[in-house]
Amino acid sequence: MKIIIVGCGRVGQTLAERLNDDGNEVTVIDISEEKVKEVTDVCDVLGVVGNGATHTTLQDAGVDTADLFIAVTNSDELNLLCCMIAKKEGRCQTVARIKNPEYSKETAYLQDELGLVMVINPEYAAAEEIARVLRFPSAMKIEPFANGKVELIKFKLPKECSLVGMSVKDMAMKLYGGVLVCAIERGDEAHIPNGDFVFEERDVVSIVATAKNANEFFKKIQYKGNSIKNVMVIGGGAITHYLCGILESSGIALKIVEKDLKTCEELASRWQKASVIHGSLQDRELLIEEGLADAGAVVALSNFDEENILLSLFAKETGSGKLITKIKRTDYGNVISKLDLDTMICPKNITSDMILRYVRATQNTHGSNIETLYNIIEGQVEATEFIVKENSPIIGVPLWQLPFKNNVLIASISRGKQVIVPKGSDVIQAGDAVVVVSKHMALRDVADVLK
Amino acid sequence: MNFGIIKRTLGFILVFEGLFLAVPIITATVYWEKEFFDILLTMGLCFAVGGVCMIGKPKNQNIYAKEGFVIVALSWIVMSLFGALPFWFSGAIPSYIDALFETVSGFTTTGASVIPTGEALESMPKCLLMWRSFTHWVGGMGVLVFIMAFLPLSGARNMHLMRAESPGPSVGKLVPRVRQTAKILYVIYTVMTSIQFVLLLFGDMTVFEALNTAFATAGTGGFSLKGDSMASFSSYTQIVITVFMILFAVNFNSYFLLLRGRIKEAFSSEVRVFFVIVITAITLITINLQISEAYAYTTGEAIKHSAFSVASIISTTGFVTENFDLWPAFSKGILVLLMFVGACAGSTGGGVKVSRMMILYKGATREMKKMLHSRQITNVTMDKRVVEREVVQNTFAYLFAYILVFVASFLLICLDTQNLTENFTAVAATINNVGPGLGAVGPAGNFAFFSVGSKLVLIFDMLAGRLEIFPMLLLFSVQTWKK
Repeated sequence: MKIIIVGCGRVGQTLAERLNDDGNEVTVIDISEEKVKEVTDVCDVLGVVGNGATHTTLQDAGVDTADLFIAVTNSDELNLLCCMIAKKEGRCQTVARIKNPEYSKETAYLQDELGLVMVINPEYAAAEEIARVLRFPSAMKIEPFANGKVELIKFKLPKECSLVGMSVKDMAMKLYGGVLVCAIERGDEAHIPNGDFVFEERDVVSIVATAKNANEFFKKIQYKGNSIKNVMVIGGGAITHYLCGILESSGIALKIVEKDLKTCEELASRWQKASVIHGSLQDRELLIEEGLADAGAVVALSNFDEENILLSLFAKETGSGKLITKIKRTDYGNVISKLDLDTMICPKNITSDMILRYVRATQNTHGSNIETLYNIIEGQVEATEFIVKENSPIIGVPLWQLPFKNNVLIASISRGKQVIVPKGSDVIQAGDAVVVVSKHMALRDVADVLK
Repeated sequence: MNFGIIKRTLGFILVFEGLFLAVPIITATVYWEKEFFDILLTMGLCFAVGGVCMIGKPKNQNIYAKEGFVIVALSWIVMSLFGALPFWFSGAIPSYIDALFETVSGFTTTGASVIPTGEALESMPKCLLMWRSFTHWVGGMGVLVFIMAFLPLSGARNMHLMRAESPGPSVGKLVPRVRQTAKILYVIYTVMTSIQFVLLLFGDMTVFEALNTAFATAGTGGFSLKGDSMASFSSYTQIVITVFMILFAVNFNSYFLLLRGRIKEAFSSEVRVFFVIVITAITLITINLQISEAYAYTTGEAIKHSAFSVASIISTTGFVTENFDLWPAFSKGILVLLMFVGACAGSTGGGVKVSRMMILYKGATREMKKMLHSRQITNVTMDKRVVEREVVQNTFAYLFAYILVFVASFLLICLDTQNLTENFTAVAATINNVGPGLGAVGPAGNFAFFSVGSKLVLIFDMLAGRLEIFPMLLLFSVQTWKK
């Protein structure tokens, strides 16, 4: 697929890298020569220096033959303008990043009237993700799966959990309640477990289950993690703003600490339910006084990664609440993950995940039958959704009789409105949407899972 | 320094060289020549050594700038060392250093020969002549570029390789993928070579001659099959060669843009300046030849010979129709200067390159303006785009390094050869990858009389010229090898 990306900021760079790795032909545009060089030095993409909203620059980048156009510059207006011109010039589909809440309220209008296939708001997406975690605090990460009917939940096994020392087979026998373990991270390694896999303390487990079954499951394994009633948010940026909106009627009380008085006043007047505290984020006493220790969750959303990590470490030291930390840079991800902070939120990754999923889904219409794709463990384990065709060798046979390859797993089967979390005795039928979890394999068809 | 990936890439190169040797092997089979076995032996050696080098995939696959330069410099050296073997094994060129000189001259598309024109050249086995011409074709566009087009060298940093191998101050891609870009370049290259081959067949050349000449023109090399180079062929043949020498000296990006229908962009300022230089030089030499009474050329002949010589020298090919060593000093002077100007960036030709000359000129005028108006803010621009300051600086650094290499080589050669003109033009003809110089190294002479030491210096010059100076200098720099 030929893809043009305007804007080589954080999101643009991540997108260029990941789309390029996926085998697309990527061209990046930025007004700054330096920024373009940063990208072209690292990945095999074409760089064009210039204003992405001008006809000439777009011609240089080959807009007339492009399939997808993504505008992720810092300015919403510029992004919209780029997309409109690109749409006029070529036959490409357009995606724009829109940050300003005033515009993003009108997403539907923008999509319809300007012909955008997708409007992305990294901050809003991040806020949604945070809200999801707050509603389901036991998890490190929750993603809607198979059209949102089931959820993919990632959590870390604590010491006192009854699951430690149990094998996957035993778990299914003793606790089975429609929960499927689909991937386990131990240290730097990722595993796709078979029945004999034994859980250990500190394993990061990814399960697929409906929300109800998952709740029961967590009760059964005595995983503590009560529902959260009060949250302390540190930093009052765009994500905080969206978070207030999403959680307004959820019964979760928000306390926001922000150092800029004007921002505080804006937040206070817009979201009357939240209590807004004006003070320095580094003020230890103030944070303790405002109840850092008793907060059900602490969300660190300041502009600096270092500050967020420090704040989370401090919160972990003083209290026992759920920790959510926003980070911008992912290069040191494996170092940070050793710090044992519960959930990391990275807006640029959320955004690029969304776009990647869209790109792969569009490719599907060009022949292969892949629907959507999820990244379960960064760069190691992926989940792919397939539509099973009439002539597939996988249909009509109970799952336990099929000769599966190592490191693949059927995570869910959607049939009409029903979603099945599969057991060995289940049978796949033609027309089913099947989610396959696999360890870094490029699956092109559902039949690829067989030996 | 990532030695694993360097070793592996060199292995790839040798295996590919083994494959390239299939061309002379086919020739030897067709003409039933006994040198078949010498080439086969070389091929076996290439596969064996290359195969051993490729064993074991290195864990770290990253090619950074440092590795890029080292790989490029070493691969050209290794390729020449092995490519010289057929000449040496067969005894066609008895000394290994001479054989190496001939091969380096081939790969770097110089065309300077140690084989005396006349008897010795005409009696060379056809398969070796074919290998000589084919090294031009391979070296013209670059071996690493070729490998990139066909092998997925893993790692995204292959651009470092292409940058180090392709001629010109700044190398851009035509399409997003390096591999695709390399493929497009080779397709354009092959198609143009084929067209020339077919056109030559319509003239008075045999198939063998036409193929050799097409290879040598495409790479802007200049090895010829006859002692008098192209002089004894018909005017038609000479005109075809003139046109194609100029075509291969034009930036290949222009052809890509032409194919895309972007005509305005295709005629970039560099290409326009190149044509202005060519036409001016032809006019001046024609007038000079006509005015001096010593030369009995008709106007048509004068134009034909001056056009051929100018095209041959500025494209750094080095074919000859007329011994320009006997021309008036003014004409000779122009030709020597054209050696330094060279072809366009991104072509197969050598020299300093027209675009670098333009940047140097504009950079110098900018500095002078600044002396008058110290607060004036000015930029060097090409095609209405600002040339990055870094590129301008790099170009000046290139010029200095170029002069440094030139002066050092010149002095070294003066140690054992006495004629200044010959020494100067020998260095100029090798570092600019032209081929013939003036005097004993002129169109009627050859490079055989130099001592072994001088030949090694000239070999270094040819490689330095083809690889744009820096890779060869960096290869011998302590900084590169420091941990």
